[in-house]
Amino acid sequence: MKELSTRERMQIPRQAMPVRDPAERRRDFEEVALGLTPELAEREAMRCILCKRPPCIEGCPVRVRIDQFIPLVASGDLAGAARMLAEDNALPAVCGRVCPQETQCEELCVLGRKGLPVAIGALERYVADWAREHGAGRQAPTAPTGHRIAVVGAGPAGLTCASDLARLGHEVTIFEALHEPGGVLAYGIPRFRLPRDIVGAEIRALTDLGVEIVTDAVIGMAESIDDLLAGGYDAVFVGVGAGLPRFLDVPGEDLVGVYSANEFLTRVNLMKAHQAGAATPVIDLDGARVAVFGGGNTAVDAARTAVRLGAAEVAMLYRRTRAEMPARAEEVEHALEEGVLLTEQVAPVELTGTDGRLEGVRLLRMEQGEPDESGRRRPVEIPGSEFDLPIDLAVVAIGNAPNPILRRTTADLEHTKWGTLVADPDTGETRKPGVWAGGDIVTGGATVILAMGAGRRAAQAIHRHLTAKNDLEAG
Amino acid sequence: MFSVLDTRPVAPGVTRLEIAAPRVARFWKPGQFVIVRVDGEGERIPLTVVDADPAAGHITLIVQAVGYTTRRLSQVPTGGEIADVVGPLGRPSEIEAFGHVAVVGGGVGTAVAFPTARALQGAGNRVTVIVGARTAAHVILADEIRDAGCDLIVATEDGSAGVKGLVTGPLEELIEADIVDRVIAAGPIPMMRAVAETTRSGAIPTMVSLNPIMVDGTGMCGGCRVRVGGEMKFACVDGPDFDAHLVDFDGLARRNRTYLEFERAALEADMPMAAR
Repeated sequence: MKELSTRERMQIPRQAMPVRDPAERRRDFEEVALGLTPELAEREAMRCILCKRPPCIEGCPVRVRIDQFIPLVASGDLAGAARMLAEDNALPAVCGRVCPQETQCEELCVLGRKGLPVAIGALERYVADWAREHGAGRQAPTAPTGHRIAVVGAGPAGLTCASDLARLGHEVTIFEALHEPGGVLAYGIPRFRLPRDIVGAEIRALTDLGVEIVTDAVIGMAESIDDLLAGGYDAVFVGVGAGLPRFLDVPGEDLVGVYSANEFLTRVNLMKAHQAGAATPVIDLDGARVAVFGGGNTAVDAARTAVRLGAAEVAMLYRRTRAEMPARAEEVEHALEEGVLLTEQVAPVELTGTDGRLEGVRLLRMEQGEPDESGRRRPVEIPGSEFDLPIDLAVVAIGNAPNPILRRTTADLEHTKWGTLVADPDTGETRKPGVWAGGDIVTGGATVILAMGAGRRAAQAIHRHLTAKNDLEAG
Repeated sequence: MFSVLDTRPVAPGVTRLEIAAPRVARFWKPGQFVIVRVDGEGERIPLTVVDADPAAGHITLIVQAVGYTTRRLSQVPTGGEIADVVGPLGRPSEIEAFGHVAVVGGGVGTAVAFPTARALQGAGNRVTVIVGARTAAHVILADEIRDAGCDLIVATEDGSAGVKGLVTGPLEELIEADIVDRVIAAGPIPMMRAVAETTRSGAIPTMVSLNPIMVDGTGMCGGCRVRVGGEMKFACVDGPDFDAHLVDFDGLARRNRTYLEFERAALEADMPMAAR
């Protein structure tokens, strides 16, 4: 392969990932984005100018060696790239699809200063998919350490923590409350964005490492954390997620036809309500008008799911403007292409209905006020601007509060006044000896990759702790 | 998979199942429930645990075949298997020395009320259990209630056993004739509402065990939300027991009818998605 100059590299335009036609994809749950072809991937990888001090890595919560795996793609060494990626990321095929790269690695890419950054996410996905299809990049554990670790919650934080610990030779058991592992990857993110065979393959890679996954086990209701510590586990990692949906706190929220995004998405993603023959329904959306409240990824996922269930009209209702939506830019783009309407700067005042069934929402127009703590301009109501929108289904996607089960049943697990667990941001160590925590239960609702980063840091801290304990006992 | 050790009918349309579920059996307390999924394609339904044997690792469920899934569950034979049994879930019933407690069970709700009644009896209370049923054949757990040392009053709609009429009749008489310190009710919504109205004027502390629609049972979906004293509560993590005088039964009844047409069609066709 000929060596390119930096100038030549910078002349290659960013390669767009092929996506399915909106008119076709809005009728099914098959994946929207098709992935890079080998030619596209190689050309895109050649755009990387091989920075000496690559800033992109700093933007990655799990510190994938972006500067090293991308040149391997450019030179056609996919096996090498796959090996490296597997070492750095427990769920590369997931991250390549759902990470908000535009605010992480790609935001820091030097090419982004003058043009478009390297499509790092697309390349990660490409390598991970290649690895899965070719059985490459499998990890082998090192010699067993004899230490046993319990991981509570099989979501992104727990899966990452378990993977890292297992590769270090520890014996890991994951306890999952639902009947399937994956957490938000199983119940939250729709298949058209994250096909389930990909989640399944990433989880199989974990069980191949020797990690045991126990489903149907709600720690805190069944075994307590103390039971786990007393029962032979040397450390416990808590990654149970946020998992308690917030509602709007307006009249009418109990009407039939009002769902939390968690419930709506779980019924479809985990319980397969979209399939003929499914035993778990959602209300019939054929020809329905749907309103989704919120502006994050979950809101976009719910809106696009409603389109696919046959809704005639789906509107995302957001208090601020599109520029301030926390959702991944590409997903908002895809949603609009699929016919989702975005109504900016409105807030619900009341959900209305007759005989207990939802029929409409009364909205108030908002304008931008002074910046708030988040730096975004605070939405302010415009008095007298009320108007009514007829709707048949409402999905509330305004975030989650921390799940109360563990803090209620573990007296010495310290939590904040918001209910999140108190843990060291660098190590995940809690104030309870032997217990580490990370992900949404510590940070409040965030992203898959931030939870994974927390899982990774906790795994390192747990490993250091157990190794130091060994040394003490040996010395 | 969870093994079904014994399946037997206990009343028309009502089946008792004994299931090997060691984790639930070990940690269950009266008032708590499980979520059951019959097979890999099944829905998740909440069911109150009637009894548990922690040493043997067994739990007992009593299920009334009212819908597609409960019928499927009732038909799992002795020696069969169930895909998922997860729990215990929900807060346990409050078990304290209250004095004289009237525990009211309507129909298969008796299975919900019984373990709490027995635990209250064991905690030093005098417990009177009022069981309401359509006919004598529909009365369940009568022997177990007596064996637990509770007083038993049966009320049947056709008068074929005990007193004729609804449970509120004997409850009113009990309150008039005796001191009742606390009332606990489990059963159909109209019955629980009637019990709440019966005890409201005397301000007798009254708890009801609610049975809303649920998916995960751990607080995640919010489908089981119910208004209690004007506040939104999640029955799975805040309940299932709530102060009967504060519960919005109308809202609960409406929300429980969300999928009624779907369920009817599924039951008639014996297929989950027959409606579509």
